[in-house]
Amino acid sequence: MADTLPVEMIVNGRRRAIEVPVNVTLLDLLRDELGLTGTKECCDVGECGACTVLVDGRAVDSCLMLAVEADGAEITTVEGLAADGQLSPLQQAFLDKGASQCGFCTPGQLMAAHALLQENPDPSLPQIQEGLSGNLCRCGCYFQIADAVLAVAQSGQEGGRK
Amino acid sequence: MQTFAYLRPSTLAEAVALLEAHAPDARLLAGGTDLIIGLRDGSERPRVVIDVKRVPELCCGIRDDGGTVTIGATTIMADLATSALVRRHFPALAEAAAAVGSAQIRNRATLAGNICNASPAADTAPPLLVYGAVVLAAGQHGARRIPISEFFVNPGVNALARDELVVAIELPVPAVRVGAAHVRRTRRRGHDLASVTLCAGVDETGVTRLAYGSVGPRPVLKIDESGVLADPAASGAARAAVFDKLFAEASPSPRSMRAGPAYRLAMLRVLGSRAVQTAIERLGEERTNG
Ligand code: FES
Ligand code: FES
Repeated sequence: MADTLPVEMIVNGRRRAIEVPVNVTLLDLLRDELGLTGTKECCDVGECGACTVLVDGRAVDSCLMLAVEADGAEITTVEGLAADGQLSPLQQAFLDKGASQCGFCTPGQLMAAHALLQENPDPSLPQIQEGLSGNLCRCGCYFQIADAVLAVAQSGQEGGRK
Repeated sequence: MQTFAYLRPSTLAEAVALLEAHAPDARLLAGGTDLIIGLRDGSERPRVVIDVKRVPELCCGIRDDGGTVTIGATTIMADLATSALVRRHFPALAEAAAAVGSAQIRNRATLAGNICNASPAADTAPPLLVYGAVVLAAGQHGARRIPISEFFVNPGVNALARDELVVAIELPVPAVRVGAAHVRRTRRRGHDLASVTLCAGVDETGVTRLAYGSVGPRPVLKIDESGVLADPAASGAARAAVFDKLFAEASPSPRSMRAGPAYRLAMLRVLGSRAVQTAIERLGEERTNG
């Protein structure tokens, strides 16, 4: 008999008004209610970053947030990166650099990297490593991921873009 | 996840009244980076969760009140780490905030949450102790100010009464020049809890304040007024004797999975002298800049 609350949020540019049980995480809402399964569920304790989304422009672990806490917020998930069927420069770089093996961590890595570049369009390698330290990759693509982020930063294609 | 009632007060008075009404069965929700985990794994079983993020009195500003910097309870670590005001007056606190968790955690975790959880490993605790922070609490019986050195009681236990919550943390801008540094030891680089977390502050009168956590039930503050630690020319033996005294209380738990007691005690020494050295260097830079 979980209580529910009406929640309004903008998800990937689209306004959503939903009645949400108060004991559901933002992660579960995105995946199970909104069908946005790009965001991955893995550790559920804020260790791995697979569930990373942007809330009002900031990267957060959506497994550590109740959906009702996102009331009034603007959410961007990995589904919101590509526009008009075109991969974002970051997504393209991940592809080009082989930064995705099994791909399970990739949505979280992309969102964390996207947020990093918004904040710091020209990060150094240590800054990239630190910025992505909340995202684990069991396939061990760390070099390729950092390389992809570096390539996008150097091309100047991501910073400042929403 | 278990069920609970979710309440979202919009004033401090309302938050206090809700807390008073539900106190034993209520938990306050700020950043949620610990609470949500507890709600999911059942280690926390509140009937009521009170989300205080929309209480304007607690909100997330960092203000300079002339001689005092006031940090709202729900200020997140990311904002603390990048605040120009904090970096100017309390750089070791900014350093500690930047070391907490990952970028994702720092975008949710709050300063008040970090201290209220009263984890012995809380990274913001040592700098708050060194800088002499004061916790502003509010409850049914009004407001009170708790020195941070009296705030941490035991793991998970703080000095707040059941119906009290933290409104803000106040930091007095030091009257004399201070150089300070926060350092920590973790099992791996990046996102990890500290096996030792430590802050040293050396001021121009020769007093060294040293605070450390993760090596006992609560973070503690020790003060060296002899001037030995602050003196770069002091002999190794003299410094060791002072460190012996300052670290005498450290009693790391043998049950922790992060590091054994012997290792922690050894690292406490290493980090202590590194932090003091960096603090002295920074004090020197302060002198040349000021
Ligand atoms: S699933 Fe959220 S951090 Fe791992
Ligand atoms: S690509 Fe497999 S976990 Fe990162």
